[in-house]
Amino acid sequence: MERSASLPEQQPRGTAAPEVLAAGHGSDAGERDMAPSSQIRDTTWVEHVERIHTHRDQRAFAQLFAYFAPRVKAFLMKSGADEALAEECAQDVMATLWHKAHLFDPARASVATWIFTIARNKKIDALRKQRRPEPEDLPWGPEPEPDQADVMAMQQDSARLEEAIKTLPDKQRELIERAYFGDLSHSEIAAETGLPLGTIKSRIRLALERLRHDMSERPDR
Amino acid sequence: MTVKHQVTEELLTAYAAGNLPEAFNLVVATHVSLCTEARVRLEAMEAVGGALLDDLDEMPMSHGSLEATLRLISDRPKEPIKAVPVQPEASCRVLPKPLMEYVGGDISKVKWRPIGMGAKQAILKSSGDADVRLLYIPAGSELPDHGHHGQELTLVLQGAFIDGDDRFARGDLEVADEDLEHTPVADIGEDCICLAATNAPLKFKGIAPRLAQPFLRI
Repeated sequence: MERSASLPEQQPRGTAAPEVLAAGHGSDAGERDMAPSSQIRDTTWVEHVERIHTHRDQRAFAQLFAYFAPRVKAFLMKSGADEALAEECAQDVMATLWHKAHLFDPARASVATWIFTIARNKKIDALRKQRRPEPEDLPWGPEPEPDQADVMAMQQDSARLEEAIKTLPDKQRELIERAYFGDLSHSEIAAETGLPLGTIKSRIRLALERLRHDMSERPDR
Repeated sequence: MTVKHQVTEELLTAYAAGNLPEAFNLVVATHVSLCTEARVRLEAMEAVGGALLDDLDEMPMSHGSLEATLRLISDRPKEPIKAVPVQPEASCRVLPKPLMEYVGGDISKVKWRPIGMGAKQAILKSSGDADVRLLYIPAGSELPDHGHHGQELTLVLQGAFIDGDDRFARGDLEVADEDLEHTPVADIGEDCICLAATNAPLKFKGIAPRLAQPFLRI
């Protein structure tokens, strides 16, 4: 196909994804009680996004696409899009991931979370035809070289949250799904969900504080 | 900056999920811009969204969709690295960025219209079934006594207002529901500027404000 010609900076061969990715494509029944695998997977996705950013790596993109595009499509259909629109929007969301790879901050979010926010914004834009006011971002953007320990810790906490979501009792699970996918603005989400949100919050708080600290050391930026 | 009166969990979840009308989105985005704690809570709610997305049953993409997406990528011109327009530091502005985008600048660009007793308002353009406006209330003045048909969000941008036992200052968000009848008063010391969104017209108790309602779009 002509696509390799149209994307000149193609990644050289030899960047095959780690084996663990295979688990993400098949049945995930076996993963459900193995937290470490989802953690390794989350960390692998981070490396993939970095490879898209630094090497315009199409292989890494193809793997992210295989895993996330069908989930983004499912999210959009749950939010009320028909299949054709959901397909189109899911492609657009994945293209946005490519173009904005440099903005992803792995010390602040998992790749799944980042993609969720892109898909959510696409939903508002395409389904609701509305503008989406975004909070004023911290003016200094992601750190050029986030601390690897911070990144690991963030991905670890995200993996724990993913595991917790998977093992929620049906009733709570249904409430949370309705709040996120059911287009209900006034949902009766239970205040106590049992999700490990505390650890995620302290992780995010730490990342924000670190950024701010970083900023104050570079007043010229 | 962390403020005293923060957005409710329910509103924040709906914002994270993308389920609020635009007017409410604008209020929450502005509030989060002014409150670090609310930003932390928002990013945590988004992490829940990410975990849910990760666990969704896949909806297969159509044949050739990866190739189509790669074409989309190569066809779309690379986002030009925009020269960021020089903006005053956030701390020197009354309006956080999301609000500036609706006003077209900082507070000096607001097109105020008088609504009596020295108070002014500016209705901002938004779609969906909720309205959003900026309100300017002279220090010490009352807002008309009103109840609500729906939900009302009031975010303080300058000065403060007192409502019952509570004082709301810059960054604070008051969420008033149908059953609340209240009479907020702008605190003395400084004129108060608020961003207010309602998802139903307010009902005023006095006759005069009621007559004026259709004209003022309050």
